[in-house]
Amino acid sequence: MTSYVPNTKETTKHMMDVVGIKDAEELFKSIPSELRLGGDICIDDGKSEIEVRNTIHKIASTNKKYGSCFLGAGVYNHYIPSVVSEIASTQEFLTAYTPYQAEISQGVLQAIFEYQTYICNLTGMEASNASVYDGATALAEACMMSITNSKKKVLVSKGVNPEYIKVLNTWCKYAGLEMELVELDNYKTDVNDMKNKLNSEIASVVLQNPNFYGTLEDMDSVDQVIHSNKSLFISVVNPISLALLKSPVEYNADIAVGEGQPLGNPMASGGPYLGFMAATKKLTRKLPGRIVGQTEDIDGKRGFVLTLQAREQHIRREKASSNICSNQALNALTAAVYLGAMGESGLRQVACKSMENAYHLKDKLSKVDGVEVYQEDIFNEFVATFKCSNDELEEKLKENDILGGLYLGDNKYLFATTELNTQDDIERLVTIIKEVL
Amino acid sequence: MYNELIFEKSIEGANKRNLFNCEKSIVPEKYARKTSLNLPDVAEVDLVRHYQELARKSHGVSNGFYPLGSCTMKYNPVINEEMASICEFTNIHPLQSEEDIQGSLEVMFKLKEVLCEVTGMDDMTLQPSAGAHGELTSLMMIKQFHESNNNAHKNIVFVPDSAHGTNPASAAMVGYDVVEIPSTVDGFVDVEKLCELADENTAALMLTNPNTLGIFEKDIVEIADIIHKVGGKLYYDGANMNAIMGIVRPGDMGFDVMHLNLHKTFSTPHGGGGPGSGPVGCTKELAPYLPNPQVRKQGDKYVLDISEDSIGKVKSFYGNFLVNLRAYTYILSLGGCGLKDASVNAVLNANYMKARLKDHYMMQSEGYCMHEFVMSASKIKEDTGVSALDIAKSMLDAKIHPPTMYFPLIVKEALMIEPTETESLKTLDYACDVLIESAKNAYEDAENLHNAPITMPVRRLDEVTAARKPILKYVKKV
Amino acid sequence: MSTPKNLKYTKEHDWLEDLGNDTYKFGITDYAQNALGDIVYVELPDVEDEISAGDTVATVESVKAVSEIVMPFDCTIVEVNEELEDEPEKVNASCYESWIAIIKIDNLEETMTAEEYEKSL
Repeated sequence: MTSYVPNTKETTKHMMDVVGIKDAEELFKSIPSELRLGGDICIDDGKSEIEVRNTIHKIASTNKKYGSCFLGAGVYNHYIPSVVSEIASTQEFLTAYTPYQAEISQGVLQAIFEYQTYICNLTGMEASNASVYDGATALAEACMMSITNSKKKVLVSKGVNPEYIKVLNTWCKYAGLEMELVELDNYKTDVNDMKNKLNSEIASVVLQNPNFYGTLEDMDSVDQVIHSNKSLFISVVNPISLALLKSPVEYNADIAVGEGQPLGNPMASGGPYLGFMAATKKLTRKLPGRIVGQTEDIDGKRGFVLTLQAREQHIRREKASSNICSNQALNALTAAVYLGAMGESGLRQVACKSMENAYHLKDKLSKVDGVEVYQEDIFNEFVATFKCSNDELEEKLKENDILGGLYLGDNKYLFATTELNTQDDIERLVTIIKEVL
Repeated sequence: MYNELIFEKSIEGANKRNLFNCEKSIVPEKYARKTSLNLPDVAEVDLVRHYQELARKSHGVSNGFYPLGSCTMKYNPVINEEMASICEFTNIHPLQSEEDIQGSLEVMFKLKEVLCEVTGMDDMTLQPSAGAHGELTSLMMIKQFHESNNNAHKNIVFVPDSAHGTNPASAAMVGYDVVEIPSTVDGFVDVEKLCELADENTAALMLTNPNTLGIFEKDIVEIADIIHKVGGKLYYDGANMNAIMGIVRPGDMGFDVMHLNLHKTFSTPHGGGGPGSGPVGCTKELAPYLPNPQVRKQGDKYVLDISEDSIGKVKSFYGNFLVNLRAYTYILSLGGCGLKDASVNAVLNANYMKARLKDHYMMQSEGYCMHEFVMSASKIKEDTGVSALDIAKSMLDAKIHPPTMYFPLIVKEALMIEPTETESLKTLDYACDVLIESAKNAYEDAENLHNAPITMPVRRLDEVTAARKPILKYVKKV
Repeated sequence: MSTPKNLKYTKEHDWLEDLGNDTYKFGITDYAQNALGDIVYVELPDVEDEISAGDTVATVESVKAVSEIVMPFDCTIVEVNEELEDEPEKVNASCYESWIAIIKIDNLEETMTAEEYEKSL
């Protein structure tokens, strides 16, 4: 059994003497005896570190990790520089608590301040918070920000990630809010349908760019429509794509949110990830969660501190607009280190290559007999429609160590590429699909 | 160069990371970005030094004692980190098929099982990312339960006045009216008042046990009875679970639904503010409402199951998997005996500190505490003007992270101390010596304490200007 | 600071100045600004907002606390003091001059005089 308890027989005896007890049991006298657990917790005995390693590695070996990945749908297999994982595992960053005691936490606070700056620079927004749980909850929180006494409904394009829509649906249901979906036309938001659904009850309209299916949306054209309805424009964005695509500020979005996983964080079987949220100056004080601000100490030295805390739950309690307490600090730090390691050139290279690979694959696949691709302008993802269903495909791909696209039903697959896909990978994928069809 | 932001260290062309010779964008003009990214350009050596400097200006459990009440800052075992970096876990996409992720599903299933055993709950979800997230999830489940049973009129949630702010905030997010239950002078829930207020509109009572003063609510069985009699549900805030593992279980106390903080009780690191994990456990009755999907075992395969009555999803995918994996590693390492041993020592260590400090600070409860205790510096403040804040800041100079200050709200000049079990007697004595010294200094040299800290990278910061004129990002001076 | 005699007071520590035609200027008293400490932000209502009795009309924040200003009567917002957006500290410095909003009250109920208010503290 492993134990992290430094107390020994002697030190325990000494402490009990000081407390004035003979047995640790006396400390639990106040607990009604009928509630006490009779005996030990019914789980396996503790293991040594050697046994723990063996056990966990054995479990890990039943997971299948692929050499080539063409699966995206909101989570992407991007290059993670060695320096990122190294810095993110620094003990001080790993084991520190929330930086409420600013004087001893200037490192963590500055790291988050820099992260906030990065997010503002990528999105063009005035202010960012210190992150929330993930892209889905970031969207839910952004929608909550937009709600007023007279506007309790949000319009969401079907181009938004379905996982996000599910989470937003749960949030709205229990907060007594309404959500309506806007239809797509060839995997792009149907602006006419959006116009028809706009009315004075709509607090905000949500579009994703690139959208879940990889299509580049006309964010400019919806800006006017949404704002003339006096609703807020919320855009869900892929941070890597912002190296090349119009940033939310350029199409007058009010709030920009998204999933920060592509920035140096591994796919990790689903988490932890990080949700980023950035807003205009006007909406800054409505941002939920922690925010780090710059200030000076009594000697006039620059320092950083958690600020605008009067918005938060520990002060507002039931009047807080959100109950959120934590941020995803370590993941945010990871994202910041990634952006520092990559720089503008590196990020552009990643975005360009991811996009180039997608067009390359799209081209090749659309030339395969029995495959149709209907989208034109995409980022790093697209839908391929096959002439018939294929159970063999996944098996064949697996044999070749390739993780294929996401099956959307109806003979459709969502393929994604990143800078890590080689030309070889792409050739092999296309060949196998050709064979199987 | 030192104390500069990464943006201030930027030199054009310094970053030589060349991955592919590909920077030509093929984005059509109408979609293309026209503004600059303003990312810093630094060489890798300077990036590494930058973050080393930031690490030096940070303080983790790995640096020193961290007696933050209610946060359970116990040692974060390194073996957990090693397991969380296994590439068969990190390089897995959450949307891979069930056959592909049997390993991850096994971890989730087994963790669920052991946590149910530890807490006395029947079922559990690992989806919520944090304690507050778990609270929200629990309240959504309670709301759905009542609605499904034609009790939608139940719109009141009781919260003790000593509760953490996330409790009422979570209840309000789900549309409940929050009613505060007063505490008695000893810090217990006023059971009489609760009995008076509980009626057919009661949806739930949110409680933590031990309470935020660190003492066990001995009337818990009666409290559970009162709430259940009016058809309400009893919710357990698991923040203080480190006091009771192997001793008593929330399920046995009568709680219907609860959340755990894996980043507190189960040793996963705090990361400077996250990521955490806030699993929600519940009785059989509430299990159908747990978030989708749930991990189940069919024969010797693990599968993902969808419940029609589920509240839906509260986060994308399955939760903070790598955090959950760390907690699983911890539980495997300690086993049942080890978990109980952790709680017993956590309680002993807290009582030891309480005994050593009781002549210097006002203790908020008589008798033994559980894993934490609250003391007040209000007499010191009255006599000398030195506040709990001043005392806390003086600890920084001794390289000890201060305890939780000014919480719970019902205690003036509160300092909440939770040593945890992973501290030696030497450390506890050192911390007590520092606190006793500060209390003495308050009477001899108050000015010194008002000026603390003096050895940190910065001195006391102007929080007023930071809130009045917020500067939330770096802007290059033109 | 003495309590100005020409103003009316509520038990929620608001002051009201009668401007005629059922309109009033309001702000918070010295007791309230002192209890809050350094004020960092004032969340003003929107012009034309209709506030019911007992609802929050504005919020005043300090670093570690927040105070909701509740109107004990129904009212409509006529004008807000936009100066406070950039200089919330004016409320600390001169709380009886730094009005928060001008409101129209149809049914002014019980208020206190300066003496009555001072006694109640």
